[in-house]
Amino acid sequence: MSTTLTRADVARIAELARLELTPDELDLFTRQLGDILGYVEQIRGLDTSGVAATSHVVNQPVERADAPVSSLPRRDALANAPDAAPEAGLFKVPRVL
Amino acid sequence: MTSPDARSARTIAREVAAGRQRATDVLEATLARIQAEEPRLSAFNTVMHEHARERARAIDVMGHTPGSPPLLLGVPIAVKDNLCTAGVPTTASSRILRGYVPAYSATVVTHLQAAGAVIVGKTNLDEFAMGSSTENSAAGPTRNPWDLTRTPGGSSGGSAAAVASGMTPVALGSDTGGSIRQPAAFCGLVGLKPTYGRVSRYGLLAFASSLDQIGPLANTVEDAALVLQAIAGADACDATSSPEPVPDYLSAIDRGVSGLRIGVPRDIVGEGVEESVQRAFAGALDRWRDAGARIVEITLPHARYAIPVYYLIATAEASSNLARYDGVRYGYRARLEKTDGLREMYDRSRDEGFGAEVKRRIMLGTYVLSAGYYDAYYLKAQQVRTLLRQDYDHAFRLCDVVAVPTTPTPAFRLGEKTSDPIQMYLSDVFTVSANLTGLPAISLPADSSAGPLPIGVQLTGRLFDESTLLAAGRVLEA
Repeated sequence: MSTTLTRADVARIAELARLELTPDELDLFTRQLGDILGYVEQIRGLDTSGVAATSHVVNQPVERADAPVSSLPRRDALANAPDAAPEAGLFKVPRVL
Repeated sequence: MTSPDARSARTIAREVAAGRQRATDVLEATLARIQAEEPRLSAFNTVMHEHARERARAIDVMGHTPGSPPLLLGVPIAVKDNLCTAGVPTTASSRILRGYVPAYSATVVTHLQAAGAVIVGKTNLDEFAMGSSTENSAAGPTRNPWDLTRTPGGSSGGSAAAVASGMTPVALGSDTGGSIRQPAAFCGLVGLKPTYGRVSRYGLLAFASSLDQIGPLANTVEDAALVLQAIAGADACDATSSPEPVPDYLSAIDRGVSGLRIGVPRDIVGEGVEESVQRAFAGALDRWRDAGARIVEITLPHARYAIPVYYLIATAEASSNLARYDGVRYGYRARLEKTDGLREMYDRSRDEGFGAEVKRRIMLGTYVLSAGYYDAYYLKAQQVRTLLRQDYDHAFRLCDVVAVPTTPTPAFRLGEKTSDPIQMYLSDVFTVSANLTGLPAISLPADSSAGPLPIGVQLTGRLFDESTLLAAGRVLEA
């Protein structure tokens, strides 16, 4: 696997990340992400066969009573929306279909 | 100039509890200092004049139950602007959250208020806490009170500048890779990253969920202990918060370092560390030795891989956490044409709403989690994270705390590292390990009187052993 990153790779990542990058940003990130990947390459040579992965350092079972509790009132949840129909209790977005 | 008393949260709380000072007068003096200092420092995104005045008045009117006054009665405190405050804008210094007013407060904010503290404002940060200089802020950079041409560090740079300039006696920051400790070092403060799980993160705008912790910045170890006491503990709203009992930190700080074994990993504190930092670090070790501690040599063979591991794990988690900023429920939405659909709304809102460093990290994180690269980068980093934890497990058989400088250099100049992300990342070389291992770590001001800028020394302790870190820190203040 090579860490040379092409402009097309970066464009594909941007699409996955839901970012509409400008042509300048594409150029900049192609160079910078390539540099960063080159830098992190150093861990690839370490022997980690049989080593468990750490996803979290404190593993504890967490349980709570299955009891209903109050949650954010709908009006409050909608208060910060860029576009909403509070009377209908809905967020508004552009047409999907 | 700030009177020494106004710099001590402990003193303020005692004075207010004894009725010798009114919370309102303490607050007005604080607001006056903010007004005087803020133009040259830009530490705050929001100053909560009216909210704070209302709180202070309520404290003065209600008084408190005699006997055990609240720990922080009448103490003005600044909180980082990635902590939700009900009814007060919370921006993470990002355009994408401009105008966002949370409907709820972070658990730490609620705890501070219950302890009698008066929250005076929201401090500047690197956008979503991603950075080491507070320059990645949509609000513009914060400046270091010690030298206005330099950064206060980051990402909790606003909180550090607020405390170092005497605007508030204490502040809260968050620390994902050093964001409390590095600014504390750059500004001459005590900065504590508690054990992962020690403090609830409910209401902290998530950056990297397996690494993020909230903690205090203060002028003294005592004040850091006081704030930790107020915010530590389990929380039903944060499943990663720990049920481990909270000890009495204030009574632990005076127990000294007699017999304490301080481990020094000589292999990593040598290379790339500036001479002035080496001297200050050696001076701190001497102080501890004189107070009865024993300095022992240890090795942390995988510590040199901490930065690459950190930037793979933190960005992967960030790319997932920041997916929620989509222009639908809160925050910024791009202006759209009639023909634009949902996809254009997502893509454009996120491109216009996020700054360059945040986009860079979302991109890197998306890449390392993507099909075909996951095992080579993300899984590999998680395995090396395990090796790093094992290094510390071994070290703690030989020593009780690990000492390193907090940063390789004192505060760097504004603009010095902004064009080179890797150079910026390397300023966190000594701090990220505590986040990857979950261990508590504290940055303490070392004797830097030989130079013009503060220098920090860092101690890392065993899980949930903040008390030992605080006690050792107290020895340096003597």
